Amino acid sequence: MSDPVSPLGNARFDGFVSVREVGPLGMITLRAKADVKELAAAIKAAVGTTVPAQRRVVINGDRAAGWMSPDEYLLVLPYDQVAAAMAAIATAMGGAHHLAADVSDARAIFRVEGAKATQALQKLMPVDFATLEPGELRRSRAAQVAAAIWEQDGGFTVVCFRSVAAYVFGLLSHSAQPGSELA
Amino acid sequence: MLILECPYCGVKAEETELANGGEAHLKRFGPGSADNDFESYMFARKNPKGVHFERWRHSYGCGKWFLAARCTATLEVFGTYPAQTAEPPADLQAKIKAKRPDWKGY
Ligand SMILES: [Zn+2]
Repeated sequence: MSDPVSPLGNARFDGFVSVREVGPLGMITLRAKADVKELAAAIKAAVGTTVPAQRRVVINGDRAAGWMSPDEYLLVLPYDQVAAAMAAIATAMGGAHHLAADVSDARAIFRVEGAKATQALQKLMPVDFATLEPGELRRSRAAQVAAAIWEQDGGFTVVCFRSVAAYVFGLLSHSAQPGSELA
Repeated sequence: MLILECPYCGVKAEETELANGGEAHLKRFGPGSADNDFESYMFARKNPKGVHFERWRHSYGCGKWFLAARCTATLEVFGTYPAQTAEPPADLQAKIKAKRPDWKGY
């Protein structure tokens, strides 16, 4: 079997904050209405968390569940555990109407770390970081492409599509250029 | 620059995070309808100076369609509401009427 590789081979840039491409990371898109009663058990079985509330991400060690829209959840977990989690979701959801898709290889994930991590993102996204709440997952755009962010372990996790990984890494690196801090 | 609150995810989204979908509350005339009804459904739009109802999509966010009431002249936003709404909510209409007494209704 071939080895999974992350889009940019774990590229790294050190500016006034560090930008690291991480992964491969397992990701599952789970779509179901919030009132489907099997949903809580399915998310619990896959990543061991509760169902995230509106715009929230619930982190459980190296696993997490995020609220993407009123009927969409993003599950994050170690890459090699996706198949087992998919099976657990299918079992827990039973006949309930849902869709679960392994999107691990469709995404790129970055970590932006450092005391001024917010500043590197602020320059790229139309997001009011002053009102961003702890545990909030914010979907928006980074320059010209869709991106989702959340705060984790003193930095930000940034998720985008794999096809634009190099573009987003370029954006983040440029935004983190030493000397380009905001005040 | 417009800032519209998405009724699905509660984000106060800035215009560039959204996609405009034209006039809201159009009545569809499909196959078999009279030519003039179909023509007005396809082409006739209000284009008012003042209170206007529009479809918007939170395209870079949750991806959902919603509806918004705003003033095309001042860009004042009166409110947003879910797309699964056949006409503007009564409280929103009352709020607009209070602010713009000469508004003729949607
Ligand atoms: Zn939204």
